[in-house]
Amino acid sequence: MNLEKNTPLERLYNGIVKENPTLVIVLGMCPTLAVTTSAMNGIGMGLSTTVVLALANLFISLLRNVIPDDIRIPSFIVIIASFVTMVDMLMQAYTPELYKSLGIYIPLIVVNCIIFGRAEAYAYKNKPLASFFDGIGMGLGFTASITVIGFVRELIGSGAVFGHTVGNLPDYSPTIFVMAPGAFMVLATLITIRAYIINRIEEKSGVRLAVTHTDEEGANCSACAFRDNCAGKFEKVEKMMAEKEKEKEGKA
Amino acid sequence: MNEEMNLMSVTSNPHIRDNWTTQKIMMHVIIALMPATLFGVWHFGAYTIAVILVTVISAIFFEFMYEKLLKLPITIGDCSAALTGLLLALNMPPRIPLWICVIGAFVAIVLVKQLFGGLGQNFMNPALGARCFLVISFASYMTNFAYDTYSGATPLAQLKAGELVNTFHMVVGNEMGTIGEVSVLAIVIGACYLILLGIIDLTIPGTYIVTFVIFWCIFGGKGIDPYYITGQLAGGGLMLGAFFMATDYVSSPITFKGRVIFGILLGILTGVFRVFASGAEGVSYAIIISNLFVPLIERWAPLKCFGYVKPEKGGDKK
Repeated sequence: MNLEKNTPLERLYNGIVKENPTLVIVLGMCPTLAVTTSAMNGIGMGLSTTVVLALANLFISLLRNVIPDDIRIPSFIVIIASFVTMVDMLMQAYTPELYKSLGIYIPLIVVNCIIFGRAEAYAYKNKPLASFFDGIGMGLGFTASITVIGFVRELIGSGAVFGHTVGNLPDYSPTIFVMAPGAFMVLATLITIRAYIINRIEEKSGVRLAVTHTDEEGANCSACAFRDNCAGKFEKVEKMMAEKEKEKEGKA
Repeated sequence: MNEEMNLMSVTSNPHIRDNWTTQKIMMHVIIALMPATLFGVWHFGAYTIAVILVTVISAIFFEFMYEKLLKLPITIGDCSAALTGLLLALNMPPRIPLWICVIGAFVAIVLVKQLFGGLGQNFMNPALGARCFLVISFASYMTNFAYDTYSGATPLAQLKAGELVNTFHMVVGNEMGTIGEVSVLAIVIGACYLILLGIIDLTIPGTYIVTFVIFWCIFGGKGIDPYYITGQLAGGGLMLGAFFMATDYVSSPITFKGRVIFGILLGILTGVFRVFASGAEGVSYAIIISNLFVPLIERWAPLKCFGYVKPEKGGDKK
């Protein structure tokens, strides 16, 4: 997909598919592994993070020319913490049950790596509108991934879908899936499945869907140990596609 | 090409080969497990035959299907899947529902072994990994040792509760427990077979058992009392674990020094679980946790290079 950079739509696509914070950048693992014991928890955690992410991104971007470089991290924390406190109180007032089951992880959104990562890597350098949609895209990507993790863990581990038990499935459910080891197993499986699907689509269509970094973008790819699996792999695919086209031309 | 030609062909190292193959070793271990298996079947009744067959066959089936789906070379011929299935079955309570056996075989073969690269790459003993998975997932089934008209606690749990047990029955195997662990006598017969063939050596089981006994004497709260020591050694999966699980080639260190450290670690962990934890048994957790330490142990006790001479202290005197 060729979208113009830093437009709202491109930011949403980037957050949900291309640089999905859970399945690609693998950030924010603490809530991802800890609260996803059910799909409802996943949605609750994801949406509250999305709200904080979008608003924090917007305000950090608005204030980016005012915040001095040396104390930007403390400033980010103040902005993020204000929104987290708001979300925390709102949830306590209007969704007390969800608030109870998420517990400490709501206040802990303050130190969520995804929010810090986007503030530092995107919002601090880009315009408010794009930053706002970057936050929403990242947040929705996070929500989608942890909801799926929660759904799978709930279904396998406690035999239920969104809190409703399925027949007598709970009698046959390996409860290890609602405990810590299950979170790692489901997360690893999802990362694998996503990579497999994306790789297949890329190889078939020859269009790069996943992250493309080049040295020009300041990513320092040539020094990276995973170059062959990441940027280098796409170069190989591109070469393959070029050769195929040449063959076609030759035949014609 | 005949065997002699095989031995003389020019290849990269290792140059010294013998006739041991994975398949042969696995077959010998399966034979060595037969006394314990047969005793379990005789002691717990015909249903255990179904448990053992279902576990072994589904282990082989999952290995075959995984390799078929991923277009890998099929390795069910080396018997390692059958051995994993058998070990897992011997770790099951006698009246376990058969669908749990199938889930256990899936976890052992696919999750613990194949996803990490198959035989030789698994980071922990597949059978024990699966057993722990099942114990956590289906605690009520996995700790229910009732069979026929017998019910109640295992001797180890009785010891923990302060009740008295018959240590002679524990050694012979007339007790409650998993299918393969009940008879110390049958396990030791199998272990002797493996030791005489040179497939396992006594380093790991020896240091394991000695460390455990010392740990028990210090922290067990009963002092040096032969009655309790026998009870602890003969009860639960310690003997089966020490001789058949801890000595697994893939998940144990290769050097002598490494094996001693591994055995000591096993003994201490088992002691900690049995003395201080809420449950009565801790052998399987002790072994899989120690398995995770093997890469670290091997870094500290590496294999000596061929021809390597330790440099003298104080440098070269000339």
